[in-house]
Amino acid sequence: MSGKSRRDFLKSTALIGAGVTGLTTTAKAGPQNILSEDRMGVLVDTTVCVGCRNCEWACKDAHNLPAGNLEDYEDRKVLDTKRRPGTDALTVVNEYSHGKNSSLPIDVKVQCMHCDHPACVSACIVGAFTKHENGTVTWDTDMCIGCRYCMAACPFQVPAFEYDKALNPMIMKCDFCFDRTKEGKLPACVEICPVEALTYGKRSDLIKIARDRIKRNPDKYVDHILGETEVGGTSWMYLASKDFAELEFPKLGKNPAPGVSESIQHGIFAYFVPPISLYALLGGIMWITKRRKELDEEVK
Amino acid sequence: MSHEVHNPVPIKHKYFTPGVIGLIIIAVNGLVFLMGRFFFGIGAVTNLNNQYPWGLWIGVDVAAGVALAAGGFTTAALGHIMHRDEYHAIVRPALLTAMLGYTFVAMGVFVDIGRWYFIWHPLVMWNGNSALFEVGICVMIYLTVLYIEFLPVVTERFIGKVNLPKFLAGFNKPVDKFLRVLDRGLSKTMFIFIIAGVVLSSLHQSSLGTLMVIAGPKMHPLWQTPILPLLFLLSAVSVGFPMVIFESLIASRSLKLKPEMPVLSRLGSMIAPLLGIYLAFKIGDMVIRKTFVYLVDFNTASVMFTIELLFGVIIPLRMFLSPKVLKTPSLLFTASALVVFGVLLNRINNFVVAYNPPYSTESYFPSFGEISVTVGFVAILVLAYRFIVLNFPVISLPSKTAPQTKYTIRGVK
Ligand code: SF4
Ligand code: SF4
Ligand code: SF4
Repeated sequence: MSGKSRRDFLKSTALIGAGVTGLTTTAKAGPQNILSEDRMGVLVDTTVCVGCRNCEWACKDAHNLPAGNLEDYEDRKVLDTKRRPGTDALTVVNEYSHGKNSSLPIDVKVQCMHCDHPACVSACIVGAFTKHENGTVTWDTDMCIGCRYCMAACPFQVPAFEYDKALNPMIMKCDFCFDRTKEGKLPACVEICPVEALTYGKRSDLIKIARDRIKRNPDKYVDHILGETEVGGTSWMYLASKDFAELEFPKLGKNPAPGVSESIQHGIFAYFVPPISLYALLGGIMWITKRRKELDEEVK
Repeated sequence: MSHEVHNPVPIKHKYFTPGVIGLIIIAVNGLVFLMGRFFFGIGAVTNLNNQYPWGLWIGVDVAAGVALAAGGFTTAALGHIMHRDEYHAIVRPALLTAMLGYTFVAMGVFVDIGRWYFIWHPLVMWNGNSALFEVGICVMIYLTVLYIEFLPVVTERFIGKVNLPKFLAGFNKPVDKFLRVLDRGLSKTMFIFIIAGVVLSSLHQSSLGTLMVIAGPKMHPLWQTPILPLLFLLSAVSVGFPMVIFESLIASRSLKLKPEMPVLSRLGSMIAPLLGIYLAFKIGDMVIRKTFVYLVDFNTASVMFTIELLFGVIIPLRMFLSPKVLKTPSLLFTASALVVFGVLLNRINNFVVAYNPPYSTESYFPSFGEISVTVGFVAILVLAYRFIVLNFPVISLPSKTAPQTKYTIRGVK
């Protein structure tokens, strides 16, 4: 009897295991956000950008962050070190050397990519992130508990956290100037860019524009629109004259970042069937072993 | 199945010893840094940053804490669901560890989240896609279940012994009555909670593994796999009994009791197959995803992975197969401690070592403050355990009197 119940136990554990693995491969992730055909995006052409950092200033100015004087941004020494978007700047420009072909540097503006299948939206424990119809991904300060799972999840390592605030620390990231675009205005960075390195438009149009530029200048561009397919597509997309890995973009596949984890999640919880079955199974085992023991005792 | 009769009783032993004083100092040191965290923010105490949002507190206090408290549900499954009465002596100590363990997991979460005063948000703001949401909800419910499962120990301690201070003495009777009603109600419904506890544990132990899946390529391929939830569940199941043995042997040493060797050896004999299953999946995963190629590069990841697998799984697996190990307290202790160490390291590896953010300039190592808080929590846990076993009927001692079946096999008889 003792050997039997141990086997039962192992069997049921194995069953759960088999269930988990089986479901991961079969279950499909439910679509989390309805993607509008007309969602907007920005095409960043790094071959046009001159690294003037006016966009950094405009972004801070539009988001009530200490921005300082626009003239101070002419100091190019800042570009000597690589920076990341943080709590004091939602977008930053980094500079890379061009290598053999040219002495001109390559400047790359970085910010949240506003993914089509955002890992942050999927991960957030309270659902504080929203993917809006116009493509924007925003964060709701009233919901956030500060767990920082969004930061661990984001494939581009974008969300930043106010570590030195004891009360109400915020998660900060580019919000695609949601309040401005609602009023029909351009995102602040797009508006200020003096050389039109940033093109704001319908994402589907932007892809056409980008393809066209690559076709007309095949020597100038690498044949890759970063963000067209990466992690299922992003609202912000990039063109470059150099392999994106050399511009410090993470190497990412085509599958949406939350795909696997959501299928697992939905597998374990498919209409609560697996947990309830497990409950019933354990209840059954409990009842049978109890019965068996009572019978044993009667025999004695 | 005739063996000595065991009854859980409060252990008679003095609370303070030099070791206990040492633990108190460690605990106070932790609390000091904890205050720093609440007054000046997480950044003031930890080495966390925008590249490394999660560190020691999530890896050890939360992830390892949950795994090492798995003894609660594995022994409940064995003792109550399989009705293996011979294990009842260890169900209560395991339950107590689980209860304290999960309490500290909850406290770990509380200090780690930036807005601790919003810790209740997941109760009303749901995101079913989030593995963390699942873990959070399950842990909250399971913690409640653990407290309910522990209640009979409290009622048992006080029934017939209610002795309130003089001016409240009039309430002695009603309180006693209330405890009796509570006790009867609990013993009728306990099986519901026991099964729920096992289900909830299986769910969140595995979801804890799902957590890092979404980090995708940010996590080292030696650990990143879609079967992480299964590996987490299997490792939690296999660390349950070793953890029970580990602390039972420490407790009996510290409280000068005779180790419960017959029960512990029998428990130990079940560990090898469980570890074997875990090892098989771990190796199988490695072979299928061909990640063994990463083992030849000599770096932190490969070294940590090897230590985890060799000392945490393979060596103890071999030890548990030997009858001599099962019968010798010191060897049994070593083997169990190795498994505990292995799972602890596995959780640290998964959440800290394997996590390799794309733009980090230097890798994360926990600050003195972070370590102090974690070690301080462990010290408080041990102190609380000691206090409870000295004052409540948790640990069983051999006795001549008939067993109080009503209490030892509550709810399922
Ligand atoms: S880049 Fe990161 S923060 Fe931005 S939408 Fe994608 S996952 Fe979210
Ligand atoms: S830190 Fe806030 S926004 Fe990020 S996952 Fe946690 S609750 Fe959501
Ligand atoms: S404003 Fe335009 S040109 Fe200037 S750094 Fe920003 S993107 Fe580049």
